[in-house]
Amino acid sequence: MSTAMSQNRGLGAAIWDYLTTVDHKKIAHLYLVSGGLFFLIGGLEAMLIRIQLMQPDNNFISAGLYNEMITMHGTTMIFLAAMPLIFALMNAVVPLQIGARDVAFPFLNSLGFWLFLFGGIMLNVSWFTGGAPDAGWTNYAPLSTVSPGHGVDYYVMGLQISGAGTLIGGINFLVTIVNMRAPGMTYMRMPLFTWASFVTSTLILFAFPALTVGLFLMMFDRMFGSVFFDTAAGGNAIIWEHLFWIFGHPEVYILILPLFGAFSDIFSTFSKKRLFGYSAMVFATVLIGFLGFMVWAHHMFTVGMGPIANSIFAVATMAIAVPTGIKIFNWMFTMWGGNIRMTSAMLWSIAFIPSFTIGGMTGVMLAAAAADYQYHDTYFVVGHFHYVIVGGVVFGLFAALHYWWPKMFGKVLNEKLGKLAFWPFFIGFHLTFFIQHFLGLMGMPRRYWVFLEGQGLEAGNMISTIGAFLMALGTIIFIINVVYTAVKTEKVSGDPWDGRTLEWSIPSPPPHYNFVQTPLVRGLDPLWVEKSEGKKGMTPAEPLGDIHMPNASILPFMMSLGLFIAGFGFIYQVDDKGWLALVFIGMGITLGSMLTRSLKDDLGHHIHKADLEKDIEKGAGQ
Amino acid sequence: MSHEDVLNPKQLPHDPEKATLEGKNKFVGFWFFLGGETVLFACLFGTYLALNRSTSGDNTPEHLFGLELVFIMTMLLLTSSLTSVYAMYHMKNNDFRKMQIWLGITVILGLGFLGFEIYEFVHYIHEYEFTFRSSAFGSAFYTLVGFHGGHVLFGLSWIVALMIRNSKRGINLYNAPKFYIASLYWHFIDVVWVFIFTVVYLMGVV
Repeated sequence: MSTAMSQNRGLGAAIWDYLTTVDHKKIAHLYLVSGGLFFLIGGLEAMLIRIQLMQPDNNFISAGLYNEMITMHGTTMIFLAAMPLIFALMNAVVPLQIGARDVAFPFLNSLGFWLFLFGGIMLNVSWFTGGAPDAGWTNYAPLSTVSPGHGVDYYVMGLQISGAGTLIGGINFLVTIVNMRAPGMTYMRMPLFTWASFVTSTLILFAFPALTVGLFLMMFDRMFGSVFFDTAAGGNAIIWEHLFWIFGHPEVYILILPLFGAFSDIFSTFSKKRLFGYSAMVFATVLIGFLGFMVWAHHMFTVGMGPIANSIFAVATMAIAVPTGIKIFNWMFTMWGGNIRMTSAMLWSIAFIPSFTIGGMTGVMLAAAAADYQYHDTYFVVGHFHYVIVGGVVFGLFAALHYWWPKMFGKVLNEKLGKLAFWPFFIGFHLTFFIQHFLGLMGMPRRYWVFLEGQGLEAGNMISTIGAFLMALGTIIFIINVVYTAVKTEKVSGDPWDGRTLEWSIPSPPPHYNFVQTPLVRGLDPLWVEKSEGKKGMTPAEPLGDIHMPNASILPFMMSLGLFIAGFGFIYQVDDKGWLALVFIGMGITLGSMLTRSLKDDLGHHIHKADLEKDIEKGAGQ
Repeated sequence: MSHEDVLNPKQLPHDPEKATLEGKNKFVGFWFFLGGETVLFACLFGTYLALNRSTSGDNTPEHLFGLELVFIMTMLLLTSSLTSVYAMYHMKNNDFRKMQIWLGITVILGLGFLGFEIYEFVHYIHEYEFTFRSSAFGSAFYTLVGFHGGHVLFGLSWIVALMIRNSKRGINLYNAPKFYIASLYWHFIDVVWVFIFTVVYLMGVV
């Protein structure tokens, strides 16, 4: 399929193209759009929560709906907004940074996306079919096992389906980084974003199966009458907490590490310096990933594991502050003496450092097991994790989107609007969450529908709600910026930021085979190495020749659709066994598609040298 | 490499499963996948160990499990792992007919294992009324052993599908990685069974 052919087509063909695409750049678009939509839904839920808590004894939404809101806000933001937006960045950038033409498993890449999307849709269908999940995003048993209606069933099936997609994505990026690096791109020459994606993928691989098992046990208890979490029959509800946090704690590092990588690239580019302490940064990333598996029980200090277990997990948790501190200092030393350009990406990155550090500091406070008995399940915890997740992950996503937007779409986001979005969001963020630490210390428990008058909680909650509105304003300005940029802005060259890494050596957006000739990497910051020797672009590592590319396929969509259909069957067979028909139909579609994939030869296609030469005339080389 | 070279190689290299980039990717990717599967089964084992004393009535591990049947099942599955190694040996020697024969023996042994497992479950349910729902031990037992049984069923279907699909065309650089990772999967199932045999049955009876 030549690029010329893909330009003359209608809307139907474009939709079909996206349904079947296996191109990592288009899959990045899909992740970005769907993750962005879920981010807006999650944000809307957050606004409803904050309006409800604006004043004491408020009755804006009912208690039951409030429970659904907090559950869906957390679940949506973690699984359906942050994860896919991170996958959008990884898809858009990692293959380009290592000089690859695609990921290792383009077909699985597409499958991972469709599984995530159908899982996310499944979760949100629950709003229209009698009530969303309402047992909190952690879904603790036995609250979740006895929750009436089908809300929690949607949580179980939706997360199971989207979790499978995430696991597939993780394996895909691991193999991509192990096997697909260009000649000369050794591990210790990889940009930090690629390194962080590598470590994050490892965490996904070893963390998500724990969630898979937890969700299976929950599914069996709720839908098939097993008694894992039913203490009356000898079950043990704490098993869910362990399985959930064995997954859940690595998950928070899965979220933050890729953005740590993005910040490293951004600081380096906009300070015109190589990253300070590159090998220490790599070491710190790996160490955080490793320690991330050792600390899950710090979410469970009050469960009653005993002083020895609590102490071990407390010390392990505090230890994570060390590699994180290494990173904070290295970012500052990268800027030290650098030629700093205050772009929007840089603004978000600089704002991240103090914001995230506050979250890290309250993290160490929470890690002190004895003190945690005071903080546990109060707004102090809510303040803490929003400081790390918003101050780290969301700031990071905004920074990274500003930075890589030209690479993804060929246009630089408007800088004025970018800064205009930053300030209300930044101020609103601190207004919303800083005060929550104090509300928590004053005794306000998390997840409560109302608070009472005359307990000194009014002012703090009002400030928090005002902050939330400012964050919403910042988000709206960012969306306006996206639309404005798409309509008004001129196309830019391949290298608008005077970049240092491989993705800036090719056009924006890149041709679908990325590199006409695989580049030869001669050092850290490979493009900068060439620039400092007076060359305009990379030296090719191979002569111009035919390029092998994978074929598009509708099967990933069909497999995911099948599981989506089967999910409803599983949920409703509790009421009427007739619904089992949906299970058979859905699983039939999925397994049939898998069989088709296994049996039908799919060898990909070649782009011929003559076509490449035509593309080079149009500028595909540089 | 052209499609012709992949589907009809003039000479099969020593490691046909890793001769193409796609093959190498599958090889590495599948090892990673097995790493994830290890965590999955580790969680199921952990759950089982937490609940295996939460029995109801007489249905305790000591009372239920008979090592004779489990010993036969273990032998069947261990032998099937060996026969799948023979199959891969013949694949590397480009002897397609022998590979198919050994894979066929692997499948028969696997089916034998699965038959005994189904018999075991039916026996527990009908003779002892020991079910998935009767106690937390029951839930944990059927989930752990059943997940393994499900893997056996999937592995058998996979190997049979590959055998039928490729029966007329022999080994090439496109299907060799598929056979190879199916056999890796089969070995993994076998390793998990060794742990089930030890943790569930031996530790249950002793």
